[in-house]
Amino acid sequence: MEWETVIGLEIHAQLATKSKIFSGAATTYGAEPNTQACAVDLGLPGVLPVINKEVISKAIKFGLAIEAEIPPKSVFARKNYFYPDLPKGYQISQFELPIVSTGHIDIQLEDGSTKRVGVTRAHLEEDAGKSMHEGFGGFTGIDLNRAGTPLLEIVSEPDMRNAKEAVAYMKKIHSLVRYLEICDGNMQEGSFRCDANVSVRPKGQNEFGTRAELKNINSFRFVEQAINIEVERQIDILEDGGKVIQETRLYDPNKNETRSMRSKEEANDYRYFPDPDLLPVEIENSFIEEIRTQLPELPDAKKHRFINEFKLSEYDSTVLTAQKEMSDYFEACVKAADGEAKLSSNWITGELAAALNKENKDIADSPVSAEMLGGMVKRIKDDTISGKIAKQVFEAMWNGEGDSDSIIESKGLKQVTDTGAIEKLVDDVIANSPSQVELYQAAPDDKKGKLIGYFVGQIMKQSQGKANPKQVNELLSKKLKS
Amino acid sequence: MSLDKSEVQKIAWLAKLAIDDQDISTYSNELSNILGLVETMNSVDTNGISPIAHPLDLTARLRPDQVTETNHRDQFQKNAPLIDDGCYLVPKVIE
Repeated sequence: MEWETVIGLEIHAQLATKSKIFSGAATTYGAEPNTQACAVDLGLPGVLPVINKEVISKAIKFGLAIEAEIPPKSVFARKNYFYPDLPKGYQISQFELPIVSTGHIDIQLEDGSTKRVGVTRAHLEEDAGKSMHEGFGGFTGIDLNRAGTPLLEIVSEPDMRNAKEAVAYMKKIHSLVRYLEICDGNMQEGSFRCDANVSVRPKGQNEFGTRAELKNINSFRFVEQAINIEVERQIDILEDGGKVIQETRLYDPNKNETRSMRSKEEANDYRYFPDPDLLPVEIENSFIEEIRTQLPELPDAKKHRFINEFKLSEYDSTVLTAQKEMSDYFEACVKAADGEAKLSSNWITGELAAALNKENKDIADSPVSAEMLGGMVKRIKDDTISGKIAKQVFEAMWNGEGDSDSIIESKGLKQVTDTGAIEKLVDDVIANSPSQVELYQAAPDDKKGKLIGYFVGQIMKQSQGKANPKQVNELLSKKLKS
Repeated sequence: MSLDKSEVQKIAWLAKLAIDDQDISTYSNELSNILGLVETMNSVDTNGISPIAHPLDLTARLRPDQVTETNHRDQFQKNAPLIDDGCYLVPKVIE
């Protein structure tokens, strides 16, 4: 039987605020355990939560970016469950009346087409603390620094049909929250994580199959692997005549398998009710409009501008705009290169991306700044150096040997454009290669282009790559004709 | 509406309360009475009245995003029965 996969994602994005969602404790990552957990975060008797305004405006910012409706009233609710890293015994979340209602984003599929994925809602909630099960001699250690950190939970429609689409969606949301500067997107530190609801059904069937929820996946690669392995598991069960159980499962990247989390099964009775400690939040239109004016240029708009303004291909523009830092780098580079966009794009997506990848560096930590790379591109453009020599210059810049002009100067990499000097090189090579000259002159016109390569190669070798290739070619053709 | 024994046990379990078997019928009666009151309220015609999320007809005042709290870990941890390395210790909660 042919099966169809149905996937919906719940993404938790930690909102980048200085203080917590309901208290004035700091949110800095990596502090000493429990030094950033105040009485409110600990759920001590008599405390009251007070909502952080920045959390509300960051959530609205996201809502506007996905063209969602922002309801005029937003209500917080208690989600009740028992776990030691949740000191109050409930998590303050939203149930009815979330801050952001239905919206959508467009994702790019591998075949180049675009698919619209619905976002059901996005709601605010507080994060729980952290439980550490190792290193405490048979006990579990609880660090409540993370308790009360603001989260935006972004819930998608079950619109995705394979793991690659799910990854594309997750990457797009990741790119969006970073463009909006509402979340740092750091997946290693858990600022951006994802649960995947996965089910399969016979192709053509309308009703959904029973789903499993894969919890807390914190990398793009793991999302793809976890979904694929879970789909395989479910199809195996169904083809053996079994039934998929609705449950929460954990992905183990080491074994590449998903495992049932039976311990949490019975706890799925959250008894939501409006939190009596918190009044409803009224969202005035003027507040929404004020936030709208602060929206930056978003990835899709930027991509189209790059295509129009810089005459880049759709592919290059997509690559350059996926990450805000990358697009900023590109624009700064073009500026430094006196407007040379295509070459800048090639160097950024080629040499620079490869070098960053190799050393596992972010573009923000690139040893070659946009201004330095732009300066080098300018020198390719004005024929000071050839594209081939530029690779040497790039490498030297990467190794901290200075900017392109000083490297070109100190290493003597300047292209030879003096016609007299080039002519001498050309004459020498022609004089030393009588048999190749004969071959060239006897060859039909359509073969000549290939044969001239030998002479060019010799001349470049003599000049250590510094002769201007265009001039060499021109002179050669002229001299070999006679 | 009345609650049976297993429903009372489930509510107690969710609330993390240990209750004696012999008290279950008393709890069942008392909880059923509360539900009876809810049923009485349910019979009121509320068509055309929009639900409220809070008894007070007010909206929340928001707080500026500023860190106002300082570290009082030592004081807080004086209340904890067990601590180690800055962490609160609880019985192991994973199999």
